[in-house]
Amino acid sequence: MTLLYSEVEEELRAAVRGLLADRCPPAAVLKRIESEPYDLDLWKTLAGEIGVAGLLIPEQYGGAGASASEAAVVLEELGRGVAPVPFFTSSVLATRALLATGDTLLEELAEGRKTAALAVPFAASPYRTGAAVRLEDGRLTGTVAGVAGADVADVLLVPVGGRLHAVEGGALVQAVPSLDQTRPVATVTFDGAEARDVGECDLAEVLRFGAGLLASEQLGVAEWCLDTTLAHVRERHQFARPIGSFQAIKHRLADLWLDVVRARAAARSAATDGSAVSVAVAQSWNAGVAVHAAEEALQLHGGIGMTWEHPVHLYLKRAKAAEIALGTPGDHRAALASLVDVPGPE
Amino acid sequence: MNEAEIKERVAAFLAEHDPDGDRLEFLRARFDAGLAWVWFPEGLGGLGVSRELQQVVERELAGTPELNAGVQGIGLGMAAPTILAFGTEEQKRRFLRPLWTGEEIWCQLFSEPGAGSDLATLATRAVKDGDEWVVDGQKVWTSGAHHSRWAILVTRTDPDVPKHRGMTYFICDMHAPGVEVRPLRQITGEAEFNEVFLTGVRLPDDLRLGEVGDGWRVAQTTLMNERVAIGGAPVRRGGGMVGVVTDSWRAHPELRTHDLHQRLLSLWVEAEVTRLSGVRLREQLAAGQPGPEGSGMKLSFAKLNQALSGFEVEFGRDLGYDDWTFRRSEDVDFYGRGPGYRYLRAKGNSIEGGTSEILRNIISERVLGLPSEPRVDKDVPWKDLPR
Ligand SMILES: Cc1cc2nc3c(=O)[nH]c(=O)nc-3n(C[C@H](O)[C@H](O)[C@H](O)COP(=O)(O)OP(=O)(O)OC[C@H]3O[C@@H](n4cnc5c(N)ncnc54)[C@H](O)[C@@H]3O)c2cc1C
Repeated sequence: MTLLYSEVEEELRAAVRGLLADRCPPAAVLKRIESEPYDLDLWKTLAGEIGVAGLLIPEQYGGAGASASEAAVVLEELGRGVAPVPFFTSSVLATRALLATGDTLLEELAEGRKTAALAVPFAASPYRTGAAVRLEDGRLTGTVAGVAGADVADVLLVPVGGRLHAVEGGALVQAVPSLDQTRPVATVTFDGAEARDVGECDLAEVLRFGAGLLASEQLGVAEWCLDTTLAHVRERHQFARPIGSFQAIKHRLADLWLDVVRARAAARSAATDGSAVSVAVAQSWNAGVAVHAAEEALQLHGGIGMTWEHPVHLYLKRAKAAEIALGTPGDHRAALASLVDVPGPE
Repeated sequence: MNEAEIKERVAAFLAEHDPDGDRLEFLRARFDAGLAWVWFPEGLGGLGVSRELQQVVERELAGTPELNAGVQGIGLGMAAPTILAFGTEEQKRRFLRPLWTGEEIWCQLFSEPGAGSDLATLATRAVKDGDEWVVDGQKVWTSGAHHSRWAILVTRTDPDVPKHRGMTYFICDMHAPGVEVRPLRQITGEAEFNEVFLTGVRLPDDLRLGEVGDGWRVAQTTLMNERVAIGGAPVRRGGGMVGVVTDSWRAHPELRTHDLHQRLLSLWVEAEVTRLSGVRLREQLAAGQPGPEGSGMKLSFAKLNQALSGFEVEFGRDLGYDDWTFRRSEDVDFYGRGPGYRYLRAKGNSIEGGTSEILRNIISERVLGLPSEPRVDKDVPWKDLPR
């Protein structure tokens, strides 16, 4: 096992990065967020031509049979671009839940013909999975708030009592204003919705898998913030010098770089080994680094950083929302207490 | 050479040499077998193979006589790579073997009272006299000078050119007449470092390392290696200083508080991500693609070691100390001493081997490409600089 990137992963990265640079630079994301946040054309290309939708799906179901570390590289790039596509919600979270069932839906997801969402709050965690939905006679009732990716999903996958249920139509999905404008959340209401039992579901395991990969997306967000800020402080002059020549600023960026270097190692470790400890470590660290990087980026851009025109706010919103998603850093640290035997006071 | 072949080599070596016999004999034989630093050239302790194979050798030779990393740190971490890069064949053959076996201990005569972070302003003079150089000056904070046989030394040989250009690098004979070592007591009570006075010390020209006037470039090699040596040692998950702290945490449930628990978990995470980036760094080095991560290792190591050692004192609620008596320490017995010692000694981690501020300057300028500070000393001959 290695924490470095393989050649295949670098090729995949280049393909995704190239496409995003052409089709969806941050300025384009900014333009669409108030009307139609998701870029479904871009998603079609990513899913179909680059084949990211089926990345984690075995070849027997028409997928690429790739590993989590390849999906992680895609997420780094999508984070870097705050790309408004449902890769994480559909091709990672929902797909991972479905994988255990071997359901035929997998084939439709692999081809990108359909998109799915896992009907749990995006703020649920591997350590707290309580369900708000009841099942009676094959019908679902209840309301789930804060579901990411639901508004563009063709299928909702609803975990109830250790089993997974698929709902296609028949649920009320109401998009609500979301802190992260590039990954909208919706309130999903089931009022006796017809559901198909697709098989077993270990929800905690699915959320842990997602949390581990989310660390790579957070790394991408942090990298963009650092790179963009470096470019800015080299160019922007005050007091007849580039502001990047002031030591107060250089030292902050050196520290931020070191945080990002460690976030990269943590993300790689979570993606390649995926153990409960690696995931908890990566989430405890990377969630904070992404937020800190976005906050530093905003501050060091000065007034420009506070404007709607500059995309840095998209990254701040993505970072802050992702910090809460799938367990806060504190939740993950609390989990480490028992995982690595550092128990609290008795 | 691959992993299997190197294992065979080690096995053949072990068949010939008894690890339970004489320690020094064993270490000498290991050097001669090329199993000291496998990436060094043959005949100089190595086999000229990829650096990553060293890990295999270390694994295979676990439990056999070991080097004393504490006392030999400067020789192994700094002198050896510099001699390898700049030494003559004769110098390499003369110095590397006893350096590695620990028969000859090394120290580093760089810092001076007036030249610490700004090492290139140093004033210790070396003047050519026939085939010899005569050295006069004062060095300070020299770790281990009291038990060293040799030193790496930077001097000023041309005061009329700007500071970086007028320096020359030497190997200094610590037994030469005119070398005087005086203990310098530290905040821990002991004297691990020293003042070194050099008065009319005569060094033959064949102890010069690199060209006359090229001392700054040679010193850069030393300093870069020093940073990796201080911060880059491999540890296992939960090991090192965080291991010391968690062991005592586990042993003392009665001392635990919620506040300390939160802080310890955060430090545990920081230690783990730092460890993982060290693993990545070593993988990159082994794959022949040295990344800029190296400069960051020492910075994060210093910060963590200080936070953890401060935490340890607070957790133990121990107002005592182990031993304030003045003594000349043989090495830095960091883990062998108590929490109070660790807390105080760790304060040096952000000063020795380049301060954390200087490392941040290096990272921001050389890794991140940010503009350098306005330089007031550029193009000014050393002798005209304000000091
Ligand atoms: C335990 C220990 C062991 C040592 N062992 C050795 C040894 O074996 N051999 C040897 O040669 N030396 C040794 N040193 C010396 C060490 O290398 C120097 O102390 C170090 O380089 C700093 O120099 P200084 O002490 O002169 O501090 P100064 O350079 O005077 O720095 C004082 C403060 O100013 C800051 N500062 C200085 N310049 C800048 C700048 N440009 N930007 C921002 N901040 C700045 C520093 O970071 C520091 O906080 C040792 C030191 C310690 C603590």
